[in-house]
Amino acid sequence: MNAQIALLLGQDGITNGAIYALLALSILLVFTVTRILLIPQGEFVTYGALTMASLQAGQPTALVWLLLALTLLDGALDLLASIRRPHAWRLPRKSLVKIAYAAAMVGLVNNLPLAQLPMALQALLTLALVVPLGPLIYRLAFQPIASASSLVLLIVSIAVHVSLVGMGLLLFGPEGARTRPFSEQGLELGPVALNSQTLWIIAASLGLIIGLFVFFERTLYGKALRATAVNRMGARLMGISPEMAGKSTFVLAALIGTLSGILIAPITTLYFDSGFIISLKGFVGAIMGGLVSYPVAALGALAVGLIEAFSMFWASAYKEVIVFTLIIPFLLWRSLTSRHVEEHE
Amino acid sequence: MNMPMEPCNAGTTLLQIDNLSVAYGKVEALSNASLRVGEGQIVTVIGPNGAGKTTLLSAIMGVLGSRGQVNFDGTLQSVPEVEVMVGRGLGLVPEKRELFTSMSVADNLLLGAFQRHRRGERDHGQTLKQVYDLFPRLWERREQLAATLSGGERQMLAVGRALMAKPRLLMLDEPSLGLAPLVTREIFRIISSLREQGVSILLVEQNARAALRVADYAYVLETGQIAMHGPARQLADDPRVIEAYLGLSSKHQEMLAS
Amino acid sequence: MKPRYLILGLIALLGLAPLVLAPYYVTLLNYIGLYALVVLGLVLLTGVGGMTSFGQAAFVGLGAYTTAWLTTAEQLPTWLQWASASPWLTLLVGVALTVTVALMLGALTLRLSGHYLPLGTIAWGLSLYYLFGTLEPLGGHTGVGGLPAISLGGISLDQGEKMFYLIWLVLGAAMLITHNLLDSREGRAIRALKGGQLMAESMGVNTFRSKMVIFVIAALFAAVSGWLYAHTQRFVNPTPFGLGMGIDYLFMALIGGVASIWGALLGAGILTVLKEWLQDWLPHLLGDGGNYETIVFGILIVLLMHCAPGGLTPWLGKWFKGRTRTAPLPQAQALPRRAAVEHGTRILQANQVTKRYGGLVANNQMNLHIDAGEILALIGPNGAGKSTLFNLLSGVDRPTSGDIHFKGLPLNGKTSRHVARLGMSRTFQHVKLLPGMSVLENAALGAHLRGHQGVIAASLNLDRAEEQQLLAEARYQLERVGLGDALQEDAASLALGQQRILEIARALCADPCLLLLDEPAAGLRLQEKQALTALLKRLRAEGMAILLVEHDMDFVMGLVDRVVVMEFGQPIAQGLPEEVQNNPAVLEAYLGGADA
Repeated sequence: MNAQIALLLGQDGITNGAIYALLALSILLVFTVTRILLIPQGEFVTYGALTMASLQAGQPTALVWLLLALTLLDGALDLLASIRRPHAWRLPRKSLVKIAYAAAMVGLVNNLPLAQLPMALQALLTLALVVPLGPLIYRLAFQPIASASSLVLLIVSIAVHVSLVGMGLLLFGPEGARTRPFSEQGLELGPVALNSQTLWIIAASLGLIIGLFVFFERTLYGKALRATAVNRMGARLMGISPEMAGKSTFVLAALIGTLSGILIAPITTLYFDSGFIISLKGFVGAIMGGLVSYPVAALGALAVGLIEAFSMFWASAYKEVIVFTLIIPFLLWRSLTSRHVEEHE
Repeated sequence: MNMPMEPCNAGTTLLQIDNLSVAYGKVEALSNASLRVGEGQIVTVIGPNGAGKTTLLSAIMGVLGSRGQVNFDGTLQSVPEVEVMVGRGLGLVPEKRELFTSMSVADNLLLGAFQRHRRGERDHGQTLKQVYDLFPRLWERREQLAATLSGGERQMLAVGRALMAKPRLLMLDEPSLGLAPLVTREIFRIISSLREQGVSILLVEQNARAALRVADYAYVLETGQIAMHGPARQLADDPRVIEAYLGLSSKHQEMLAS
Repeated sequence: MKPRYLILGLIALLGLAPLVLAPYYVTLLNYIGLYALVVLGLVLLTGVGGMTSFGQAAFVGLGAYTTAWLTTAEQLPTWLQWASASPWLTLLVGVALTVTVALMLGALTLRLSGHYLPLGTIAWGLSLYYLFGTLEPLGGHTGVGGLPAISLGGISLDQGEKMFYLIWLVLGAAMLITHNLLDSREGRAIRALKGGQLMAESMGVNTFRSKMVIFVIAALFAAVSGWLYAHTQRFVNPTPFGLGMGIDYLFMALIGGVASIWGALLGAGILTVLKEWLQDWLPHLLGDGGNYETIVFGILIVLLMHCAPGGLTPWLGKWFKGRTRTAPLPQAQALPRRAAVEHGTRILQANQVTKRYGGLVANNQMNLHIDAGEILALIGPNGAGKSTLFNLLSGVDRPTSGDIHFKGLPLNGKTSRHVARLGMSRTFQHVKLLPGMSVLENAALGAHLRGHQGVIAASLNLDRAEEQQLLAEARYQLERVGLGDALQEDAASLALGQQRILEIARALCADPCLLLLDEPAAGLRLQEKQALTALLKRLRAEGMAILLVEHDMDFVMGLVDRVVVMEFGQPIAQGLPEEVQNNPAVLEAYLGGADA
């Protein structure tokens, strides 16, 4: 291996690593606030990428019908709940707004000249379509069992993942898709030719990480989410509702996932079932951070990207084996250092 | 053996609970408890370990599911919900404090005002000042993580955080638990001063004597039931209350002899 | 209908199935049997043991690929050539390999708590799957073909109809083994893993070993299923051993009811049939795109978890509840007892014991001693550090400084398991019983260290004599504490006071010389308290030392020899009950700050 190749691999590794880092942060966020290990994190990535691709191809994506269906289901459940509790008539109005939004999306997707839109609008539309799925999924699958054991939450998480993958096949078909790069020109940095998409990814990831940091450190809502993660009962007593916290984290998770999908779609061909492996690498990072530390998780995920890139060079067939076996030493370290705690479930 | 009902007619009723019951599986931890807190009163609930005192507060707050009625500030709730109760002006300082340990003291306090902030009441700067005036120690330690506070300071932070929501009724669960006598004294002084600021108090305590000293009215809870109640001063002198806490009764002497 | 007849009927039906059913249905039943065998392992691991594994499919692959490679490879290493002679020999190799791999993976991951374990199983499940697909000798993604048929007693099982009998025979044997194992001393220890580990360790159970046992058994079931699969298909490729299948196995277990042996069969049956049915019908609805049944499965599991997290088996009523546990035979020989300690011998001595949690001092230089034939009460207000001290004495927690001697031996660094073995037994402030197990079985767990029959004896039902002794001991102790009428009831159905009494019976089953009781009288009625007083006095007369924490002063004062009063983690008074009662410091601690 010469320096040229090393730099190239490094660039690859950092690009993927940045995405894994975003996913690791999102997984960690969802886990600490809701105790859910968000296995479907990767589906937001593929949905984002494939929706973007179908918009660029000028196809009115079928995803919008999924959005409408879930919104209607959510509205029906809210209606049911408000009938049972006479004093809460505020809810159905909220549901109407949500249904109107979904209906508007159906209208937009079917009438806009999708392929001709500027790329920024296409990305925006993709976000507008995919991100609402996050809180809807929380509402439908997790909210009714928010206080169940973490094993039950994990099972439901896996079940949602399985369903979403099947749904992805139905909505986007079995073909992989790639989107147009955001811009054509690259950057010459001495001997290295930096791919423009790489720069976009690194810049966007950094921007997002800074944005998250500001949100959690400076805003009351961000602090409220952190508070829920630190002490659920304490947060409830402050009037921070677990439902609100759950939905908010799922909005963030869907946003991060979809954005990651849009970012990597120009450099990687994604299929309906690519999400799982991608999010698992985020999990490897999150586990390195002990499922508590954000910076360590991000660094860990970055390391996963680099290791993956370099093992591609040395032992390409064993790439996945190496990445997933990597987790074992960390698990071992955890198991040796963590003291035994009695589970209450 | 009950004292006459409705002993304290002064003031309007702020909290009235009727026949409140809580069951954990088949075990009933609280059965048909009824009590009343008047506006501006300090009411205490005393009783031995496991009598259901914490359960009572949790049920009123809506943390636990219950049967019965909770009427707070004129609004009847058959099943209270925490968020709604907080919004109506009910606060709970739980036995375990439940602080946000990895966040700063200032952030802990700020989060106490979460609901008011959401409703658009952005005057928490002023409330914060009042809390710092009440607990100067918290001002000194405002940048520290809550985890670094001592037991007494944690209790102060828990009370201060609850006050940030400007509650009309503050429920305190064992505020003296695990605190040294001097700190306990300080906490009770603050409880008295809160009442002067117009906050009503429902106080659950094992430290019966101290609780009865600050309270206007008292209930004794035993194995999930209200065993007796009456004006605090009256109960403080009641031999049965002392007996319940130390078992120094004549009845006990007889039992030994037999 | 009695379960026995039901089972016999089921076996008869199964025996006839290949003779009357079309090959398609026999194949379907073969799959159900193969899957049920894997799911049975998961029932043991996840349902009973509380450990979630997504990696079982990888163990199936291990079994399948081992036999595929050994029976088809042209060039085997010389030391392995003997194995290629017969699939039965490759089964042996597969079993050995699986046990080795499971022991390694178990050592790495079973100590993990909470979420790490399932994530860990995903990790090694995926790694093994990718290995199957990349290793050259295993044929990559195309797989290995041309496996020989298994022959049994001269008959070659070269058709699905013939394999059917072997598959279901193996499954039946596995179900029987699982049933036997759970109904034994080791089984009780295994059933305590879910939510009762701290308690089980205090009863002398090595919980890590129990976890490893079921992990290895589950892996073995999976590997044998893989071996059967390979020789049914006569071909293997990596696809059925991926994570997707691992998830399907878990779903099967969940559908059937994750804690039930019959649930394994039910879940495997339902999911397999449903899959076939959906694969027929969904293309009509959604077009030929691929595996749309996953959408339905996912939604079904979400709904199942919302409405019936316990699976479907509990809904099917008593038929599947399994037989009532055998009542102990009255003539069972009594278990040997520990050598008695002479009255007045120093049993426990705690010197300058301090425990700090961060900046908080829970116990500060505590001194304490108890002699044989003495009852000592530890009293004090809430938060005084009594329960912390209990945990330090019983080895659940370790003191920051100071030392504890038990029967003259230092307990420094000893785990609660060791302490239990030395003859200290305890109850818990927050009752730790195993719901779903009978009162008798809960008590019998206390006698764990007095039995010696292991997993294999239990699986083969060779442990019955000892098991009867253990159960007889449990019954004796239960009768002694007054629970003789409730032997077969679910422990969780007892009133709280009765549950505390059951904990005492469990502790007595260990034949201790020191009994630690945490609030034994809480929640008892007057009569029951008097009965408990009488019991404790009798135990004292037998020479047992008893340390109790209690808030009920009437109970304490009429019973104990000495009292130690604690506040702020240290003793503030000690002496005879009468002395302590009139001590002003005690009055102050109990009634609160006298002059504020």
